[in-house]
Amino acid sequence: MIEIVSRGRCIACDKCVDVCPTNVFDRGADGVPVIARQSDCQTCFMCEAYCPVDALFVDPRSHALPEPPDEAALAADGTLGAYRAQIGWGRGRTPGAGRAIGPSLNPAGAPLTS
Amino acid sequence: MTDLTADVLVAGGGPAGAWAAIKAAEAGADVVLADKGYLGTSGATASAGTGVWYVEPEPAAREAAMAGREALGGYLADRGWMARVLDQTYANMNELAEVSRYPFPVDGDGRQIRRGLQGPEYMRRMRVRVRRSGVRVLDHSPVTELLADGAGAVAGAAGYRLRDDRPFRVRAGAVVLATGGCAFLSRALGCDVNTGDGALFAAEAGAELSGMEFSNAYAIAPAFTSVTKTAFYSFATFYHADGTVLEGAGSRRGRSVIARTLLSEPVLCRIDRATPEDQRAMRLAQANFFLPFDRQGIDPFTDLFPVTLLAEGTVRGTGGIRITGADCSTTVPGLYAAGDAATRELICGGFTGGGSHNAAWAMSSGTWAGQGAARYAAGLGGRAGARTVHALGEAGVRPEGPAAGGHADYVAAVQAEVLPYDKNLLRHGGRLAPALDVLDRTWRDLRGTLREEGAGVVRARSAAAMTAHARWMYRAALTRTETRGMHKRQDLPDQDPAQHRRLLTGGLDEIWTRPETGAVAS
Repeated sequence: MIEIVSRGRCIACDKCVDVCPTNVFDRGADGVPVIARQSDCQTCFMCEAYCPVDALFVDPRSHALPEPPDEAALAADGTLGAYRAQIGWGRGRTPGAGRAIGPSLNPAGAPLTS
Repeated sequence: MTDLTADVLVAGGGPAGAWAAIKAAEAGADVVLADKGYLGTSGATASAGTGVWYVEPEPAAREAAMAGREALGGYLADRGWMARVLDQTYANMNELAEVSRYPFPVDGDGRQIRRGLQGPEYMRRMRVRVRRSGVRVLDHSPVTELLADGAGAVAGAAGYRLRDDRPFRVRAGAVVLATGGCAFLSRALGCDVNTGDGALFAAEAGAELSGMEFSNAYAIAPAFTSVTKTAFYSFATFYHADGTVLEGAGSRRGRSVIARTLLSEPVLCRIDRATPEDQRAMRLAQANFFLPFDRQGIDPFTDLFPVTLLAEGTVRGTGGIRITGADCSTTVPGLYAAGDAATRELICGGFTGGGSHNAAWAMSSGTWAGQGAARYAAGLGGRAGARTVHALGEAGVRPEGPAAGGHADYVAAVQAEVLPYDKNLLRHGGRLAPALDVLDRTWRDLRGTLREEGAGVVRARSAAAMTAHARWMYRAALTRTETRGMHKRQDLPDQDPAQHRRLLTGGLDEIWTRPETGAVAS
């Protein structure tokens, strides 16, 4: 589930508020979006993909963690917002879709894409 | 209240809804698209990505593509529909390349490989095209019920704008339901918006359903995660907790072995049959497959990790609203269905098409439904916005008795009957019948009282839709007294030649089933 909206990185563009398919965020009074309905998060990672400044972190476990993970540690090892880089979104990056050639699932088959 | 008029209203912003909106607009219609979430991110495709049933127009290749899965689907698919879906999918994928400039990967000869789509990229570009087509997009605006005119023709829909916290209504000449299948809030990747709402709306308008017994799809995921990408598990070995191999378990045909084992003990997995070259390619092909592993410090190629099976219901099952015309019309005038909300028996028969066939169906049926709805609306000659309309919603919005809340309790009650593997996947009449009894009681309770205020009406309607969906599924599953396609009855393990026919389902308070009349092409 969504665990972190980084106050240090957020530019208050509200993109995550807009794109979340299950309406998890509310606009925050100080600009930083609030995780208002975390239990509705479906762990789809789309907010992280759309965040232009890598300010979000979605933990892959589909239940809320007892405590949010350590933002500084996630930022230090490059995990904060990393999904955006992995799919090649963002200025100066090549869309990952263009390189998405996977292995063949059987010896005679064509490679799996997507 | 936001009150709009349009020629065509599309409910749903996954691929089927997006294609429907674009094609209706290209046909000259004024179009509104209302999505429960956000056009571009919501639905089973956007966050996941998918293979596509894309086959070059060479007769031998097309023949092989159609013949390859007929037996698996219990011979319930239709060659005519398969052929036209292959044609339309080929055309739409070419449009994605040429109009949307989708960055398909290229092979060693420099030719684009158009057999798959990365979800976020695909749907981001579809949103751009929908908006450039002049379609008015209402995000975070779930439809909650259909509107009909005095003659019973569908004439629009009402819903709720979640971000503005107020209701909306669209009076329209025709409606396309592209609201997805029903995964019962199982947390399968991207599927929590798919609560079967469209099928409920359609049934309230008098539409029929087809293939509802083929609704027991389950996907493999690392335990306690949402990531239901299953293709790479074909490189996996499954193990008992003591490290011995779980014989017969697999991604393609061994999921019931995994399910049976999970009833009493954990199942572990390791993707240990992928070469280093395969492993590198996997990361390029499906970045999201690796998110749970990387973020939990697991190397899936060398470490054992626990897996679970998440229900995908009619998202990867094949049942849905019955299609009665080539333009994806239904038995109700003015109502069209597309994508996972519609039956996919026409091209898959009784076995899930997985992503590939469903993606092809979404773009093809979306195209036809959008064009059909535009034509129907044009035929009304400008009367669409002038008709007197009434709302059709019942359960969850207009209870029979005094209103009370409680949608979460109803959701939990339905999940208790449809998520367990020994009820839905490992089917047996002796377990299906009592489950259906419980679901029928749940429906009567809900029908009597459930009604919530404001945005709560959306949750109440989703709870009603899930309850209705579960009852259609199990009524159909009990009626089909044989094993065919993905409907495997432990108590009736053989395929019965006398039941080589599609099964229709419908009704709300009383659920009916009957065989479809007319021959199934074979």
